[in-house]
Amino acid sequence: MKNLKVTTGILAIAIALVTLTVMSCKDTKKEHSNEDSLHTEMSADENHSAMNHDNSNGHHDNENKEMTMNADQDGNSELILKDYFNLKNALVADDNSKAKELGGKLAKSLVNLDVSKYTDAQKSELNEIIEDAVEHAEHISESPMAHQREHFKILSKDVTDMVTITGTANTLYEQFCPMYDKGSAWLSMSEEVRNPYYGSKMLKCGKVQKEIN
Amino acid sequence: MKTVKNIVLVLMVAFVGIQFIPTKRNQSDTVPVTDFMLVNKVPNNIKSMLQVSCYDCHSNNTNYPWYNKMQPIAWFLEGHINEGKAELNFSEWDSLSNRRKLSKLRSIIKQIESDKMPLEFYISIHKDAEFSEEEKITIIQWMTQLRDSL
Ligand code: HEC
Repeated sequence: MKNLKVTTGILAIAIALVTLTVMSCKDTKKEHSNEDSLHTEMSADENHSAMNHDNSNGHHDNENKEMTMNADQDGNSELILKDYFNLKNALVADDNSKAKELGGKLAKSLVNLDVSKYTDAQKSELNEIIEDAVEHAEHISESPMAHQREHFKILSKDVTDMVTITGTANTLYEQFCPMYDKGSAWLSMSEEVRNPYYGSKMLKCGKVQKEIN
Repeated sequence: MKTVKNIVLVLMVAFVGIQFIPTKRNQSDTVPVTDFMLVNKVPNNIKSMLQVSCYDCHSNNTNYPWYNKMQPIAWFLEGHINEGKAELNFSEWDSLSNRRKLSKLRSIIKQIESDKMPLEFYISIHKDAEFSEEEKITIIQWMTQLRDSL
């Protein structure tokens, strides 16, 4: 009988402790949510500056004048392309964990893109592209394969649009497979088709749609 | 027998106890001008679908019927709201660039198509948040139209 009392006593203390722990978890969560609101404020600021850029887009004459700046290559954008192609290859190889790792890497190189040498119009366009692409890369870094591929589709559009502005030293091939999600494109360094949306399931779905450079 | 009784008792006390732990409410009096419903021409049927099935986790204004205030549901919900809003906040829709709107619309369509949203957890406590097949088709069509118009 005495034993019983002791066990219930211990149990009561254990439950009290668990409740306490949950409560303190709660507290840390609160801090997180504070951080969250800070983040939203910050992104609101970013949006704000993006809007300012938009305003300066009004000067159309700037655009034409500085188009020639595209000629010199941006090392950073080449780095982004390198990470993008590695990620694509991981998807081709059906390698979920590799793709996660490379998605994270790509997110970092995207953030690091130096846009200072572009025109205001290009800057704001690039900033929007990067903002979107980073989100997709981050998703890829933490998702199962199928979801990685969904995000890779929109990411590919972002990276393609980036190349239109930044240019690249290499010849790239835009490839297109009509079967995945009502038709999906991606970029490749080689002319040969290796499909990142299907991997081994349908490695060769697609054809070269456009040659860049 | 006595142990079982005691355990049940203690659990009940703990359950009542956790009800006193406060959670942050996600509520706001005003609808910001950036709200999805204000910047888009949203027909009433779509409006109510979004309101019932998505806005609780993806806007600055969660509806709190009694069960949403009950612990531990309120905790789970709070976590989902923080995560959900970070992904997509309908209240701040218009502060997104066009590119990101397109991107979000694609994602919304995908999530509804594949039954990933509304979250299963939510449907289990909130039956009318679940879309019928018909509703799914309606909302996907409308979102696709909006996407193509941007
Ligand atoms: C119970 C809260 C909850 C409800 C209700 C809910 N969501 Fe979500 N949503 C989340 C959470 C949490 C995430 C982030 C984690 C994840 O993707 O599972 C999310 C993520 C998303 C994403 C981004 C997904 C991605 O990975 O690209 C979209 C889009 C989305 N929700 C749309 C919707 C739509 C549309 C509805 C209504 C039909 C809805 N959600 C209802 C909680 C919710």
